[in-house]
Amino acid sequence: MANIIEKILSRASGKKEVTPGEIIEADIDCAMVNEITGHLTIKYFHEVGAKEVWNKDRIVMVLDHTIPAASVEAAELHKIMREFAREQKIKYFYDVGRGGISHQIMIEKGHVKPGDVVVGADSHTCTYGAIGAFSTGIGSTEMAAVFMTGRLWFKVPKAIEIKVNGNFRKFVTPKDLFLKVAKILGVSGANYRGLEFKGSTIKDMSIAGRMTICNMAIEVGGKAGIVEADEKTLEYLKGRVNGPFFIAKSDQDAEYEKTLELNADDLPPLVSCPDAVDNVKPVSEVEGVELDQVFIGSCTNGRMEDLRLTAEILKGNKVSDKTRLLIIPASQDVFLDALKEGLIEIFLLSGATVANPTCGACYGGHLGVLASGEVCLSTTNRNFIGRMGSTKSKVYLASPATAAVSAIKGRITDPTSFKGD
Amino acid sequence: MKILGKVVKYGDNINTDYIIPGRYMVLTDPKELAKHAMEGIDPSFIEKSKDAIIVAGKNFGCGSSREQAPISLKYSGTKAVVAKSFARIFYRNAINIGLPVLECEDLLDMVKDGDQLMLDLRNGKIKNLTSNKSTQAQPLPEFILDLIKIGGLLNKLKRTKG
Ligand code: SF4
Repeated sequence: MANIIEKILSRASGKKEVTPGEIIEADIDCAMVNEITGHLTIKYFHEVGAKEVWNKDRIVMVLDHTIPAASVEAAELHKIMREFAREQKIKYFYDVGRGGISHQIMIEKGHVKPGDVVVGADSHTCTYGAIGAFSTGIGSTEMAAVFMTGRLWFKVPKAIEIKVNGNFRKFVTPKDLFLKVAKILGVSGANYRGLEFKGSTIKDMSIAGRMTICNMAIEVGGKAGIVEADEKTLEYLKGRVNGPFFIAKSDQDAEYEKTLELNADDLPPLVSCPDAVDNVKPVSEVEGVELDQVFIGSCTNGRMEDLRLTAEILKGNKVSDKTRLLIIPASQDVFLDALKEGLIEIFLLSGATVANPTCGACYGGHLGVLASGEVCLSTTNRNFIGRMGSTKSKVYLASPATAAVSAIKGRITDPTSFKGD
Repeated sequence: MKILGKVVKYGDNINTDYIIPGRYMVLTDPKELAKHAMEGIDPSFIEKSKDAIIVAGKNFGCGSSREQAPISLKYSGTKAVVAKSFARIFYRNAINIGLPVLECEDLLDMVKDGDQLMLDLRNGKIKNLTSNKSTQAQPLPEFILDLIKIGGLLNKLKRTKG
């Protein structure tokens, strides 16, 4: 009578069973740092006098927040990461031009397997639940402990079951589904909890879509989001990871703190309004809000599926004179695939700016920072005050479909009414 | 383990972008980070941060895993944070870097900015020395108290690296 997360944590801690609330120590299968958090981990690693990492093949180091370096300070962080990777002979170091956004490459490059316990010094590490792994974000100091020992303590979380059935209407996406969940649970509604997504809608959902909903688990306070690995997962993993995998499935009588039942059939496109992710309304209710910038990208919505949807809408259309559209593929691989499929050309012809894979505008770091008074519609995951730049700017969160249609109109627009040419 | 300080109040959902905005993530010196503590929501915080005890509502520290958030508070002179509840990663990070955090439901309504507070980390007792009222926070688990006592996880690692 255990759920997926309990089964994974039992295995990793060498226990027969674990119960919510219990504190366990687990073996870590893979650990990820980016340059923002990694430089602190490296500093602490040296400070305590550690000499060698616990396993040079199980640490993934990524430069993603500010690439290429946009300032001397950013370049210094990159240098610290590069030197440590060389000195410790870290097998997987993704330098500028080699990787992209950490969460995308962790899955795309096969660093995560179903059943793994993965930690990352970044809150959106919860993304990897999309392929049936338990993954969660930790801080830099704890990561130094992981670098040294390969182990970490966890409190076994209570779980919330989210059952979704039915089919999305055209231009309604997994992003809209998660915004619905955020509206119901609120920004701390799943604090310390695991979110398990299931039902026919999730079965039919691509790995990209599952990544989007697991990615945002942290936005309701979740420790992890997770989807049971199935045929779709195995198909995706072919050529990326070699088995055997530990495929955990929740027992029929697994226990959950609560269950949400949702239907995808009548879900409208949703938008999260400033300044909180749970301030969610149907797009139709906020139609007409004028936009200075539209951003399509990030670890939430910067994958091929998102870019294809964007291109389908942008093809033959022009971005409104009133706004600017910025598109950033989540990784080098996504960029290359988009190029091969002709999507990049469609974007450029529509008047969009396409930038190299990086977090960029998502956290107000570089490439598309907002000025005071500006309004942005973004496919990212956070709309806190000042998240994308000036504390006097405003951010709305929505799907790539809503973003693309809104970019053409120059104001927030419901994509389900979009007819194209 | 008693802590004395003066109250600086905030509401619910004080996220890590408010505590230390993303654009400062390129800074490596904790003292430089501290100059921008709480800048995302209250640019005047640094004028009152010395010996501050932040008293806040629900879900303090939600958002990013950036340890720079509790670090900027600690180096700004903030002594502790007492909130109705904390976001998970911030809570762990604060303990790991040695910034005391306590959960207490009713303190926020019992204090005003500038009140003198005394916290007893060992048993969770909180006394408002200005109004002479007392309340009780959730006592910290033993292993967390131990971590705070030795000054955070790093000091523990130094001792155990062997
Ligand atoms: S894209 Fe945004 S949310 Fe994702 S890792 Fe980068 S900064 Fe964080």
